[in-house]
Amino acid sequence: MYTFSSKLKSVAIGLMIIGAIGVVIGFVTSNKDFTQVETMLASESHNGEAADHHDANAEDSHATETSHTTEAHAETADHAISDGHGDAHAEVDEHTKHVNHVMHAMHKRPWAALYVAAFFFFMIALGVLAFYAVQYAAQAGWSPLLLRVMEGITAYMLPGALIVLLIAALSHFIGHNSIFVWMDPEVVAHDKLIAGKTGWLNIWGFIIRGLIFIGGWFLYRHFSRKYSIAQDKADDNKNFVKTFRISAAFLVFFLYTESMMSWDWIMSVDPHWFSTLFGWYVLAGMMVCGITVISMVTIYLKSRGYLPKVNDSHIHDLAKFMFGFSIFWTYLWFSQFMLIWYSNIPEEVTYFVTRFQDYQIPFLGMVVMNFVFPFLVLMNSDYKRIPWFVIMAGVIILCGHYIDIFNMIMPATVGDQWSIGIPEISSILLFAGLFIFIVFTALTKHPLEPKRNPFIKESEHFHY
Amino acid sequence: MEASKVIHAIYTDDDVLMNAVKKVKAARHHIEEIYTPFPVHGLDKAMGLAPTRIAIASFMYGCVGLTVAIVMMNFIMIEDWPQDIGGKPSFSYIENMPAFVPIMFELTVFFAAHLMVITFYLRSRMWPFKKAENPDPRTTDDHFLMEIPVHGNENELTNLLKETGAVEINLIDKTH
Repeated sequence: MYTFSSKLKSVAIGLMIIGAIGVVIGFVTSNKDFTQVETMLASESHNGEAADHHDANAEDSHATETSHTTEAHAETADHAISDGHGDAHAEVDEHTKHVNHVMHAMHKRPWAALYVAAFFFFMIALGVLAFYAVQYAAQAGWSPLLLRVMEGITAYMLPGALIVLLIAALSHFIGHNSIFVWMDPEVVAHDKLIAGKTGWLNIWGFIIRGLIFIGGWFLYRHFSRKYSIAQDKADDNKNFVKTFRISAAFLVFFLYTESMMSWDWIMSVDPHWFSTLFGWYVLAGMMVCGITVISMVTIYLKSRGYLPKVNDSHIHDLAKFMFGFSIFWTYLWFSQFMLIWYSNIPEEVTYFVTRFQDYQIPFLGMVVMNFVFPFLVLMNSDYKRIPWFVIMAGVIILCGHYIDIFNMIMPATVGDQWSIGIPEISSILLFAGLFIFIVFTALTKHPLEPKRNPFIKESEHFHY
Repeated sequence: MEASKVIHAIYTDDDVLMNAVKKVKAARHHIEEIYTPFPVHGLDKAMGLAPTRIAIASFMYGCVGLTVAIVMMNFIMIEDWPQDIGGKPSFSYIENMPAFVPIMFELTVFFAAHLMVITFYLRSRMWPFKKAENPDPRTTDDHFLMEIPVHGNENELTNLLKETGAVEINLIDKTH
């Protein structure tokens, strides 16, 4: 039996408290009114930075919403200067629009930061749940020793998913549609493209679909855990067979719902844009993070002496999965990017244009962290057996995939007003604390080694 | 120094063979060669063979392939004749890089795979019309053969090998 060390528990609670304080600070400081934003922008343009930025945007023909306003703004200004008797009224309107735009982006930032962090940690738990089901469905012989670790991590799935859905819903009801623009009836009324999608993109449909997805995942997690525990005391393999069956059924359900979940919870932040392989792309990211966290938790528990039968071949296998799924993620990332870049159709390429203009460092840095680094570091077979090496690679992979989610959500919500500051980091700390607390509490509930799993002997003697 | 006389001990089971290898190694005899019809898991470890370096070679071949792809396409598409083909930017390599990635990938894999296979053939001395080096045709079917050089310790070796469960022990004179 595992006992939650009081040190780790206080670390988790500390993270939650610091994170919660930071999140509150984020919400309070973002709440700037019109004149505050106006003076802020004015001081920026005195420095010359803002002016440069406007020029760069105005040159771009793939104008996004931001550059539309700024372009028009710049034109009016030029007109005013050259003619000497500018239409002062129009200029004030454009100016108001611009300041309003920036102000809204600032108001959205703490919401988006919270949502990115919540989704990131939920995604880890869901990825582990899918990996767990695959282990049962494939009747894997190496992994039964790690099944309880996976069950511990999937305990975060239900609260994590509900939190994501709650933040999404609250951003509509109390946050004035801070994350999803299609939730705003004002926007829908003036936007034919979104209006055409209201059959799918409507707030109650969103919430009900979300609850159905979460319900299905939770049912699988609940029963597989129940049978797994029951198998310890059984004198036949009935429970194992039952888990095998529900795992196969869950995997079918999961692939459909995961895809729809990624349209709903992530892709719909850009309701004008769509991509067919988006669901698998999100899936690949979620699998990498899930497996990385499995190996990190396993290495931690083993270092504390709780998993004596886990040997370096198990770590090696997990590291191979981290390596393989990192490459799979890159393959899907690149397939999505290259197809859109190559054909360069304006309505879909804006997605990458905004990311390339305003998010160049996170956008390209993420590829280095999620592909180049794991590719080179985890290629050597010997290094994959060294725990600290796997942990180090895992930290980089997790940071890289946080930035991946960041790149999906932020450009559509805060646009060029992004930064990684107090709201983002404290959201990560808040959910990291919650994640550690829930996962390690779940690990204390039952023995860490399944007793009567039909493959447990094979797993104990597993060596590669 | 190559021994002029060798002992061929023949086994019919890979488990027995593994134990025999361990015993012979424990008695500090040199094993010249072992012939088996299929890969016996752990045999290389028991014999104390050095691990293969072919993966390292393959990685370096892959790097060569990647370099070839980059240099080739940089010269053809960017330096030699930078045409506007369907609006693709050909001002610098990096601007048109995504279009080159499929070729970069394929050439990396091509070089890594093929040169590694050729390296394997060269290092294991395999080629068409090569004379087979099999001392006993039964080792390609269901027998395992261990070859041990003899340095005047014939009886001692024979006794040791009999103990390990060899079904047949032959003394072979290699000087024809």
